[in-house]
Amino acid sequence: MSVAKVPRETLAVALGADELAAGLARAGHEVVRTGSYGLCWAEPMIEIDGIAYGPVTDLADLESIRLGPVEAIPELARQERRVFDRCGRVDPFDYDPAWLRSQLDCDPLEIIDEIEASGLRGRGGAGFPAHIKWRTVHDTPADEKYVVVNADEGDSGTFADRLIMEGDPFRLIEGMLLAGRAVGAGKGIVYLRSEYPLAAEIFARAMEAARDMGLLETFDIELFVGAGAYICGEETSLLESLEGKRGEIRAKPPVPAVAGLFGKPTLVHNVITLCAVSDILDRGGRDYAALGVGASTGTMTFQLAGNVKKGALIELPFGVSLRALIEDWGGGTRSGRPLGAVQVGGPLGAYLKEEQLDTPMTYEALATIGAGVGHGGIVVFDDTVDLVRQAHYAFAFCAHESCGKCTPCRIGAVRGRETVEELMASAQGDDELAIIRDLCDVMEQASLCQMGGMTPIPVRSALGLK
Amino acid sequence: MRNGDLDFGTPAVPGEERAGRVSLTVDGHMVTVPEGTSIMRAAAEAGIPVPKLCATDSLRAFGSCRLCLVEIEGRRGLHASCTEPVTEGIAVQTQNEHIADIRRGVMELYISDHPLDCLTCSANGDCELQDMAGAVGLREVRYQDGESHLDADEDASNPYFSFDPSKCIVCSRCVRACDEVQGTFALTIDGRGFDASVKTGADDFFSSECVSCGACVQACPTATLMEKSVIDHGVPDRVVKTTCAYCGVGCSFKAELKGDQVVRMTPDKDGFANHGHSCVKGRFAWGYANHRERILEPMIRDRIDEPWRAVSWDEAIDHAARRLKAIQAEHGTDSIGGITSSRCTNEEVWVVMKMIRAAFGTNNVDTCARVCHSPTGYGLKQTFGTSAGTQNFDSVAHSDLMMVIGANPTEGHPVFASQMKRRLRQGAKLIVADPRRIDLVRSPHIEADHHLPLLPGTNVPLMNAFAHVVVTEDLVDHDFVGERCDPASFEEWVAFAAREENSPEHVALDTGVPAEDLRAAARLYATAGNAAIYYGLGVTEHSQGSTMVMAMANLAMATGNIGRPGVGVNPLRGQNNVQGACDMGSFPHELSGNRPIGDDALRAQFQSAWGVEIGEEPGFRIPNMLNAACAGEFKAMFIQGEDLAQSDPNTQHVEEALAAMECVIVQDLFLNETAKFAHVFLPGTSFLEKDGTFTNAERRINRVRPVMASKTGMEEWEVAQALANALGYPMEYASASEIMDEVASLTPTFANVSFELLDRVGSVQWPCTDDAPAGTPIMHRETFVRGKGMFVLTDYQPTEERANRKFPLLLTTGRVLTQYNVGAQTRRTDNVDWLNEDVLEIHPADAELRGVREGDWVAVTSRMGEISLRATVTERVVPGVVYTTFHHPDTGTNVVTTDLSDWATNCPEYKVTAVEVRPANHRSSWQETFDVRLTEQTDLLPHT
Repeated sequence: MSVAKVPRETLAVALGADELAAGLARAGHEVVRTGSYGLCWAEPMIEIDGIAYGPVTDLADLESIRLGPVEAIPELARQERRVFDRCGRVDPFDYDPAWLRSQLDCDPLEIIDEIEASGLRGRGGAGFPAHIKWRTVHDTPADEKYVVVNADEGDSGTFADRLIMEGDPFRLIEGMLLAGRAVGAGKGIVYLRSEYPLAAEIFARAMEAARDMGLLETFDIELFVGAGAYICGEETSLLESLEGKRGEIRAKPPVPAVAGLFGKPTLVHNVITLCAVSDILDRGGRDYAALGVGASTGTMTFQLAGNVKKGALIELPFGVSLRALIEDWGGGTRSGRPLGAVQVGGPLGAYLKEEQLDTPMTYEALATIGAGVGHGGIVVFDDTVDLVRQAHYAFAFCAHESCGKCTPCRIGAVRGRETVEELMASAQGDDELAIIRDLCDVMEQASLCQMGGMTPIPVRSALGLK
Repeated sequence: MRNGDLDFGTPAVPGEERAGRVSLTVDGHMVTVPEGTSIMRAAAEAGIPVPKLCATDSLRAFGSCRLCLVEIEGRRGLHASCTEPVTEGIAVQTQNEHIADIRRGVMELYISDHPLDCLTCSANGDCELQDMAGAVGLREVRYQDGESHLDADEDASNPYFSFDPSKCIVCSRCVRACDEVQGTFALTIDGRGFDASVKTGADDFFSSECVSCGACVQACPTATLMEKSVIDHGVPDRVVKTTCAYCGVGCSFKAELKGDQVVRMTPDKDGFANHGHSCVKGRFAWGYANHRERILEPMIRDRIDEPWRAVSWDEAIDHAARRLKAIQAEHGTDSIGGITSSRCTNEEVWVVMKMIRAAFGTNNVDTCARVCHSPTGYGLKQTFGTSAGTQNFDSVAHSDLMMVIGANPTEGHPVFASQMKRRLRQGAKLIVADPRRIDLVRSPHIEADHHLPLLPGTNVPLMNAFAHVVVTEDLVDHDFVGERCDPASFEEWVAFAAREENSPEHVALDTGVPAEDLRAAARLYATAGNAAIYYGLGVTEHSQGSTMVMAMANLAMATGNIGRPGVGVNPLRGQNNVQGACDMGSFPHELSGNRPIGDDALRAQFQSAWGVEIGEEPGFRIPNMLNAACAGEFKAMFIQGEDLAQSDPNTQHVEEALAAMECVIVQDLFLNETAKFAHVFLPGTSFLEKDGTFTNAERRINRVRPVMASKTGMEEWEVAQALANALGYPMEYASASEIMDEVASLTPTFANVSFELLDRVGSVQWPCTDDAPAGTPIMHRETFVRGKGMFVLTDYQPTEERANRKFPLLLTTGRVLTQYNVGAQTRRTDNVDWLNEDVLEIHPADAELRGVREGDWVAVTSRMGEISLRATVTERVVPGVVYTTFHHPDTGTNVVTTDLSDWATNCPEYKVTAVEVRPANHRSSWQETFDVRLTEQTDLLPHT
């Protein structure tokens, strides 16, 4: 009997994967529900006896959309899949815990040393060296410590957290358990955005499977579903929310690694950061560090979206150019029109122009052009983009998602939105631009967190302000 | 609001004296502060104020306003100086052009959503937003008219303050003050981003969980939360520091005035008892001082059915003296007497006490503490050697466990309750022993580990069972007992406690508390670390009140919980000067400092100082006076500031006694219930007019300073002095300060105390010894005052007052937050908006059985009498227990209470009365009599 792999992943399911799975079963295939490889353009992408087809609309007509052997699909073959190596290939619940068990006996400080050697930095956006957090939590004495996973993936055009939680939840469980072992935590909590019900279901089931395997005896895991606030993707706001409070930013210091959840030392990481841990410990930190450029080590899970032909998750070492991602993997704009702008790193990321596309995707290189990697989201616009409207959107987004604690963000975002509206209506615009320039300085310099602090990035880049 | 205080922006580091020191420079000035201090506070200590709006030193740093940004050399960007701790060697820059630009930009945003009505705003001149706009040099707001909150509606539902959200800058200081300072959690920020706004979680402030403590109003930097008195009268222009005259916490206040008009009362940050916090009574309920019903002229009459005649002071004093002399001539020296008031100053009490002993020539002097905490004085003296609580209030910050017995701090002692709750939120454990489910049992962020809902009257078996567990499970602190306590009494006590009759299993039937709960609570008390007992009248007002005080003292000694911070046995005193009135020697058997009148040497000392003979036999206690009056043997009484006819038990008996006397002299603010039976009325002064001292529950002597001139033309002590002189005993005090000097010279516990000392150091906890010249926060540190701690056996003798077939329920009484005692003060303020009648709490099961529904009128009958009042059906009380308050004279709660009393001190057994409850459709016959008397006596007042 032939084996048919059909992704059970939000996008594929939305495009009819469940019906395809039923159809394949009726046709006598042994159907395995997997995750997605992240080739969004090919979804629903199915695999029958190792041969991929996609996007599938009609099971009767597969040949016209034959992609060939999975490992030979160029968009996959050219990736460096460290985090996502199992995702798409495997049944998310078919897990052999032997390797994990062997790792859980490691000395905590040796684990932290490997993380340090790997050069791993936080994939949520800030790019903070992971080992410093790990060591701080490890070294801070407390009767209780936590590992908190930030799965409140709210950046526009991003979906890496969801893909891995739907397609390889054990990768995250491994990362959490190893991190818990290293820092001395007894409990891990995944803070998942409410918009990911399928991820919640799959992760919860994996969690139960892990419990049945006896993996959660000294370190328990809890899944916590958020309530739909972007700001709760900010780590301190997330912790407030976990404590049952209003999702409001905490002033730092103290950092969560010293006083986090319920005031206890807490390791807060994005999903993808923790999902890199298995590979680092498996192959060694130095192997991981050999990938990438300079202090941007390892792989990054870029997510290509917006006006692009082939939206996809692409895991590659740092250093690839934006142009290569958009043209070689993405196939250019979906509309076919010339590229207008690219927003990198989520709604608080910079709008980059055509002439900036050769910048290598590293933390350092992007910083030199006022941009950042963020969570790896890349949103493409063609030349019809109205960048003044995008500046307006940046303020409007901030106004909508601001927690309302600090003044620059609470009032500034609204005043910014209003002033851009005046700019749009104004013939000359110099006065408005002067106000916006000053406001951007205030928000950047004075905001309590990066919500208000980074809103000037898309505004300035969209309006060409320095 | 600032009222002249320097605000350091963030709190001092806790345990600052133990922290390391860190040096830094602020704008080039070197400053050294404790580790953990914020840059903002360090700068303030260096005399460099950093602009701020969300920061104030009563609240933890929050970091929301972003005005306090500073630069730190070598670090990128700007740092909020409120949330950034100092580190060694940093160089901080608080001012430069870049910082100024950013601050102006932030302020421009604030003002773009704030009304520009400074000139007509109630906070004009006392507004931090206004000050900061000036400080950062804001000159224009460039934003066009956009979205705003300027149309938000005012909430004026609270009688004392207004909430105008159109002026709110969302700094959260009110929310944080409610959380951190008060601990009520009534406020929150609702909505996100620009919609974020302060909300109560109900329709308005009045209907919310707000307890009207005013911490939010005090914390508000703008006119958003503002006292209505300030809205009406304008910003105050001078300040007098004084002490609250409500409960025994003794909060320090700044009376803020415009001329002689009190505009607001602001709790004093430097007050050692309250640290800048207050409750609804102290902060807001002072309007009675100017109430129209206040009597300002002396009045006399020959018979109580005659009209009062307003007379001059001279005539009133002369009249009173003549009457007293005539009665003594006819019926003997000891046919008269008097009582001092726990609401008056130490100096006023002293002079009345002295007047009675020296000018009346009798020891028939008692104090109203008789009916509240006399068992405390007795019990703690027997066991520890001092008739006072062992700790200061701040001690609770070191407690690992609090056991609250027969006290309801969130209602009765709210400011101390806030301090308790702060410690509980930090993780201290809590045991509540109370027949009712008081708020401490469960309220936001507070949950008692054990609530022991014992039946009224069973304190002693409960405590004996604690002792049983401690003894039989060997939880005794043998080192402490061995070193500090009397071994023989301890051995006897161990044998007593170990008796089977004291086991939790055995007492469960009497107390109604399951044995397992009791055992667990006892283990917790004995093993928690620092365990502190706080208790109130639910302990003392029983026929075994003194026994219970000693039982608690035994337990504290056996577990080593005496003599250091965080432990102790602590009475929560009901009135402002209960401790002081007792200290002043107002008890018939004791001279000042709780020393026996039978001591010849002591008496000789007083006789020599006062130049009169003092009898060696104790005089009458209050109940003796009343009984003797009924018997025709006691004819005249000077009653200072106590309303016997409302507050003492068995009202009919009190009324009979008062009516039987020939001369009742009442010194009070109002025509109270007792004054309706009086022949001489001497108008008293409110605390706003007094000059003197109050001693609070932690032995702290606080100054009371005149905020305005006496409205009667006389100070109260001057009135007693004049009466003494008219009786032929010379008194010549020129000031209250001289009175205290005499107290100090004759009273070891008050040695070295003077107004000069108090004005210099703020306040002291007696005793001020050579070793501790600034007072003694914690007693019995090295040894007990009596030497070795004495264990006393505490056999349970059930009260005669038992529930039976005719009276199957047990009534217990107490009070509520917004009202105070007999209500003479609080009923004459807007506090009546919260409670304008006494109501009966009854459990649903008992209500159902009697056909009583919520809000029904019910009759409460005891073997003493009957009253009618409204019922509220609630599970706060357990089945079999009903509860009410005694704030309203027309209820007559004490009509039903009995004249049973504590075996040692005669403190009445208010807390246990067997009653029946049934639906009623009319007022009781006593209440109807009351109504008639009210009309008659009001008509007899002089018409002015």
